Amino acid sequence: MADTTANAANTPDVEQPWADLGLKEDEYQRIREILGRRPTAAELAMYSVMWSEHCSYKSSKVHLRKFGDLPKTTPRGELLAGIGENAGVLDIGNGWAVTFKIESHNHPSYVEPHQGAATGVGGIVRDILAMGARPVGVMDSLRFGPLDLPDTQRVLPGVVAGVGTYGNCLGLPNIGGEAFFDPTYSGNPLVNALGVGVLKHEDLHLAHASGTGNKVVLYGATTGGDGIGGVSVLASETFDADGPAKRPSVQVGDPFMEKLLIECTLELFAAGVVTGIQDLGGAGLSCATSELASAGDGGMHIELDRTPLRDSSLSPEEILMSESQERMMAVVEPGRVDEFMEICAKWDVEATVIGEVTDGDRLVIDWHGETVVDVPPRTVAHDGPVYERPYARPEWIDKVNADAAEDLARDALPLREQVLRVMGAPNVADRTWITEQYDRYVLGDTVLARPESAGMIRVDEDGLGVALSVDCNGRIAYLNPYLGAQHALAQAYRCVAATGAEPVAVSDCLNFGSPEDPSAMWQFVEAILGLVDGCRELGTPVTGGNVSFYNQTGETAIVPTPTVGVLGVIDDVATRVSSKLPDVGHELWLLGESRDELSGSVWADVVHDGHLGGMPPKVDLEAEKRLVALMSEAHGLVASARPLVEGGLVRAAVESAIIAGRGVEIEQQGEPVAWWFGESSARLLVGVDPAVAAEWNAACEKHEVPAVRVGTVLDGTQVRLGDMEFSLEELSGTWRAPIPAAMES
Amino acid sequence: MPRIIVDVMPKPEILDPQGKAITGVLEKLGHTGLSVRQGKRFEIEVDQITDARLDEVRKAASEVLANEVIENFTVRVEEAQ
Repeated sequence: MADTTANAANTPDVEQPWADLGLKEDEYQRIREILGRRPTAAELAMYSVMWSEHCSYKSSKVHLRKFGDLPKTTPRGELLAGIGENAGVLDIGNGWAVTFKIESHNHPSYVEPHQGAATGVGGIVRDILAMGARPVGVMDSLRFGPLDLPDTQRVLPGVVAGVGTYGNCLGLPNIGGEAFFDPTYSGNPLVNALGVGVLKHEDLHLAHASGTGNKVVLYGATTGGDGIGGVSVLASETFDADGPAKRPSVQVGDPFMEKLLIECTLELFAAGVVTGIQDLGGAGLSCATSELASAGDGGMHIELDRTPLRDSSLSPEEILMSESQERMMAVVEPGRVDEFMEICAKWDVEATVIGEVTDGDRLVIDWHGETVVDVPPRTVAHDGPVYERPYARPEWIDKVNADAAEDLARDALPLREQVLRVMGAPNVADRTWITEQYDRYVLGDTVLARPESAGMIRVDEDGLGVALSVDCNGRIAYLNPYLGAQHALAQAYRCVAATGAEPVAVSDCLNFGSPEDPSAMWQFVEAILGLVDGCRELGTPVTGGNVSFYNQTGETAIVPTPTVGVLGVIDDVATRVSSKLPDVGHELWLLGESRDELSGSVWADVVHDGHLGGMPPKVDLEAEKRLVALMSEAHGLVASARPLVEGGLVRAAVESAIIAGRGVEIEQQGEPVAWWFGESSARLLVGVDPAVAAEWNAACEKHEVPAVRVGTVLDGTQVRLGDMEFSLEELSGTWRAPIPAAMES
Repeated sequence: MPRIIVDVMPKPEILDPQGKAITGVLEKLGHTGLSVRQGKRFEIEVDQITDARLDEVRKAASEVLANEVIENFTVRVEEAQ
């Protein structure tokens, strides 16, 4: 028999498994205070998942509020929806809007790499869909342990296959992303998936449950025992050194079901039969019912036994916690329900009315006629516990910062050897092994994708488009999380700007260690401050994102990883700039200021045996803005542009040469190690036709961007870097080998 | 040669998209009321059936043939024909 509210009122002293569900004693007591009695088993299930770190943001909320202080405008106009909705929405002109968001699916991807990563893609696509947008692309930002570890050879191929399978089956192009290797990610890989969708302004839909008497419809896949409590148990728990203590059943996704769900949902929107909508992700029905109800103006009554089940033995609390994939919930006016059902039937999507909006202020859930949940929905969805976790600057950081890479020997190896080391470093090496598993061009609107430094998609036939880049260097964030977050922001901003698009908005995915560790909490707080200050200066609002805590193995936290996705707008994709070297004879210009900055660099990592110390390179957001202004105005004058990122000038020059299959000559100016491998920010390597060099130089002067001619594109396949001679083949072999070699060993 | 059979099935609580697709096709062809779950079967030939051999197959099944996060497996000896 189900544990009803009446039963709960009569049996106040029943022992309840609140601790096993991840609740703290004071949290459990608070639930009893809110309800004026003990919670039923179903209520306890709902509160425990919704008050988990992953759903309630209880440790991060007080800090995330700072994003709300940023202006709600982009360089292209007002935000149409911001933080708090399923995904942020912004105006890009011509009546079009785009929505984009990045989210983590880290812990499931360690337990079951393929399905964990696949359902991460599925989840972010449903977030985009719930805003009324047609999903048009995905990106993936991945982090793994060292390339040569056996566990990386298990996790990486699984994750990549999962991201690839799900996205490819959905028919969504994967237009870029990143893969980064660091020892702290072994045992705790990061899988951050970004989704982007487009819509007309008038098609925007927000998650509300308004209008007494309106029906609540659950549609999509049936509900099974997948990932019960996955959110609370898994994403809010630290893995022990020998793996996760609990292995709750993970979710298995069905991308073909999701494809039907996308088409069905877009037709439902177009027919105007949807009043409110919410996707079912982490915390499943607990989340959808309580969030929809608290976003509306009334209450909600659900008959839970009407939920179509895959497994008839599920208890009400299991149904409420199930994380079965490919499900959505809609609020529909009673007169439109038949129409709604017809559209679902057309797409072979099962749909069931499971309740209605009521005029009270309670969320009431019945199970075969008996009430098992009767709660104020806001207390479940929004008024969960909020913690001001203690945070403190760790003592070790001064020592780390004092150990500057600029002081390391620069002649430990012959310079030529150092070039090959850097080009063959796991964090520089070719990612084709990964990206060739993704369909990059399906839908036919992909303008740029890997190996370009940003992805670009055409939105309409007039050529309006969006560019996206997602970046973070956790090693730099380890040295200084405030500056590291700004570097992530600046890099994504620069990569978008290099295509000729104007960067306008940000979505972030903040991956950190345990919030109960004051050092990790300090890193988190500093990273947010860095992002808020950086976004204010660049004029780009944060439109949404998520937080993933407890990314650690035993006592070892991951390096702080505030992943930043930047979206830019380009008026005509035909004018975009590629990062491939242009034709023979073009001049190469280095834009921006190069300093003696080697701390946190790839050079320090691979030439000096994993060295990580010193202070990050200077962040100069004013200089980044000037680069953007220059590129926005004058990108018609450049034939190619490659941002300087990890690996510095040598990587920018060699990669763009390899991709184009052309030789290149670059002069050496100044001290060789800093010149070739330094990672100063706010720099681009651009190719310019000598015929427009004077005009280009004038544009650089006008925008006060330091610009020097450093080389030319050669006829043939030799690569001359100062005095060093390479064949393109040698460099290409070094650069292409590491990932395939590790994965096929 | 004697055979050991390993049957691998998706765990009961886990979604089986292949089985679901097959169920759908069967329904369209008029075979209603047949709910399918799809697994896989391995036939492993050994020179002799011993407890040590069976243990080895169980180990191999756990490490390679089945993904125990989402699948269960059973090991049995095929009856002589």
